[in-house]
Amino acid sequence: MAAILSNPSAAEAVALQTGPAAGARPMRIALIGNPNSGKTSLFNQLTGLNQKVGNFPGVTVDRKSGFAQLTATQRAEIVDLPGTYSLYPKSLDEKVITDLLYDKTSASYPDFVVVTVDANNLRRSLLLFTQLGDLGLPAVLALNMMDVAERHGVNIDLPALERELGVPIIPMNARKGIGVAALKIVMAQRLDAPPVRCWQPDEKLLPLVRQIRYYFDLHNDYLALHYAQQFRQIGFLSADDKAYLQELTQKYGFDATAQQASETIARYARINEILLETVTVTRTETREPVSNRIDRVLTHRVGGYLIFLAILFLLFQAIFAWAQYPMDWIDQGISALSATIQENFHGPLIRLLTEGVLAGLGGVLIFIPQIALLFGFLAILEETGYMARVTFLMDKLMRPFGLSGKSVVPLISGLACAVPAIMGARTIESWKDRMITIFVTPLMSCSARIPVYTVLVALVVPDEAAWGIFNLRGVALMSLYLLGLFSALASAWVLKKVLKARERSYFIMEFPVYQWPRWKNVGLTIYQKVQAFVLQAGKVIVAISVLLWVLASYGPGQRQEEAVSQLMVRQNIGFSSPQAMARYNQEHPEYKEDLARRVASARLENSYAGTFGHLIEPAIRPLGYDWKIGIALLTSFAAREVFVGTISTIYSVGQDADMGTLQQKLSAEKDANGQPFFTPARAFSLLVFYVFAMQCMSTLAVTYRETKSWKWPLAQLLYMTGLAYVAAFAVYQVLS
Amino acid sequence: MALFRRSSQQVAVSAATRRTAKDLRLGESGTICCLEDPEMALKLLEMGCVPGVKVRLSGRAPLGDPLMLVLGDQEYTLSVRANEAATILLKE
Repeated sequence: MAAILSNPSAAEAVALQTGPAAGARPMRIALIGNPNSGKTSLFNQLTGLNQKVGNFPGVTVDRKSGFAQLTATQRAEIVDLPGTYSLYPKSLDEKVITDLLYDKTSASYPDFVVVTVDANNLRRSLLLFTQLGDLGLPAVLALNMMDVAERHGVNIDLPALERELGVPIIPMNARKGIGVAALKIVMAQRLDAPPVRCWQPDEKLLPLVRQIRYYFDLHNDYLALHYAQQFRQIGFLSADDKAYLQELTQKYGFDATAQQASETIARYARINEILLETVTVTRTETREPVSNRIDRVLTHRVGGYLIFLAILFLLFQAIFAWAQYPMDWIDQGISALSATIQENFHGPLIRLLTEGVLAGLGGVLIFIPQIALLFGFLAILEETGYMARVTFLMDKLMRPFGLSGKSVVPLISGLACAVPAIMGARTIESWKDRMITIFVTPLMSCSARIPVYTVLVALVVPDEAAWGIFNLRGVALMSLYLLGLFSALASAWVLKKVLKARERSYFIMEFPVYQWPRWKNVGLTIYQKVQAFVLQAGKVIVAISVLLWVLASYGPGQRQEEAVSQLMVRQNIGFSSPQAMARYNQEHPEYKEDLARRVASARLENSYAGTFGHLIEPAIRPLGYDWKIGIALLTSFAAREVFVGTISTIYSVGQDADMGTLQQKLSAEKDANGQPFFTPARAFSLLVFYVFAMQCMSTLAVTYRETKSWKWPLAQLLYMTGLAYVAAFAVYQVLS
Repeated sequence: MALFRRSSQQVAVSAATRRTAKDLRLGESGTICCLEDPEMALKLLEMGCVPGVKVRLSGRAPLGDPLMLVLGDQEYTLSVRANEAATILLKE
């Protein structure tokens, strides 16, 4: 023991040999680097389409991994880690890295890491690299963007740098794939930990560090120091371990902030020494970089906002107009398939398949075009570097509402769908900013509200021009979107006052250099997001659809049968004999269809769902709704767009009928006094209800996943439903 | 009145001795001397705001905040809020 104590590197060597088992399973290699250092490009070059997105255990950060063929016989698993500037994580994304790299006993501990380094930003990139090296991780340095560095007159003495850092260095241009072959050859060899230590914990820290090191049986002093620094955030430590570390750090009076600052400064000092010996810059051009000149246009005080608005307009156009065609094809395809099955097969199972599963599946698949377009657009904005400028432009505007510039991207994405938008809030480092963003994002009018808006607006707003230029229906539609936006901002402002901040909000961010999007990356993003949506959200939606189908198809006891036979008795009056009725039916097919619809309607009224509608009618009567709308509110709780499908069924319109007939039926609906049921008061009350109400299971599920607590989705549900109820009540009472 | 003038002068003097990255004029450069706020300093250090590095104010967001700072000779750009830039003290 004494020998080990006096010679930690010997202990490290032993620990390394007993580390991850060699042989049977393919090597696991983690890819790590600064944001914008070309990590994603390298990952795509190494794995191609052979990758999958999963979750890191315990957290919901995407875990991108794939297999790379290193040599003819050797395959390796590559894990793509989120971009980070150091091993001291700030955001949720970055915490994944420490959880992975600190637990050597974990099944997913990597055999070695490939560190991507931007050759133009060597000083800052090497900070992360030296930290990884000091953890005792075998590493390869992928020196990326060599072409740009050469253009800028940066000359790097590679053999000298390799000597100083003690690891193999591969110069590359990951975008073009240059250097990938050389990297694969190095990766195919089993590497040792770098022999060079850049920085060691100070003598004064050693008693604390050694105690942690031997308590947890760690292979390295620096890792023990990270335990002292970050034990509160390390996912795999037990509560007892954390209490132990808490006590220990207190006993030694450990000042995490001061220690981290002095470590960082010491590292930079060492890095500067290394760079002084290995890098020479012969700057030939003094011309301002192109990026800065583009920035002068795109972040101009007037032009900047105009360009942003124009891009937003294009985004809307794509999601709402262009996506319509493929959505129609999907809709028609599903209906045709469903009809074919129903024509050829019969029975309750077939009905479950067509009206439950297929209808639910159609509800999922129909959103693929919008999701693909939205993510394609966002990926392009991200790839070019424009998204960083948007957060820069919007930060000051968002701050009075308790949001940051980084909240803009989730809020905009929320116009398509709140589910990916809420996941996009992960990049926000500040806990408070992130929670507020997640909480208010569902108030932005998502694409699932479009069908509801369209049907109801068309019902009560005339198709006329206002003030010569605007279409009244367009104005109404835009007002609904603005109402959503303002309620999101106002709610954020309220939440800002309510929430106690545990940590402060930062806005320190690097501007990536403008570049052309890599279409392969854009394509991969679209593919992965669509896949995740279909698999994850799809499961929930299909399950709910099946459940609703059962509730709407079956009723308590014999009530449905009784209602139908009563209806039939009423229908049969006037016919002299059943034969006469059959003849009449044959001569007037539309009469038979009408009867079938009324039978369906009667069955629905007496189903479980219909019973429920009657049950909640007293609660929704003040808003102007009857039991039929009650059913629609219930069914559309799974997803808002179900509303239209439900009222089509309730108002006994066949599923294949187009919007026009639904409109006519709704207009023809009479209340008890024989007046049209859908008055402007009722329609606007419903519209306002749908602007605010949290009618989306998937959003609640994703909020739960992202906040890891039921508190947030429950608060969201109660707040939004309450807001919807009060607002709809006010609208109905004022207008009627 | 005299008291008021004197006190405002004092403010001006102390502001001049404590120049920060926030006080830079557009296009002007300075050298980082130290970082004031310990917690913020950690983030700034990681992002390359190390004492001794040159910093240039290359732009402001349309509403005056955040700021766009170009660091060092290697020309990379950071976005920081004005109150964050105020913790970066500059050498005389």
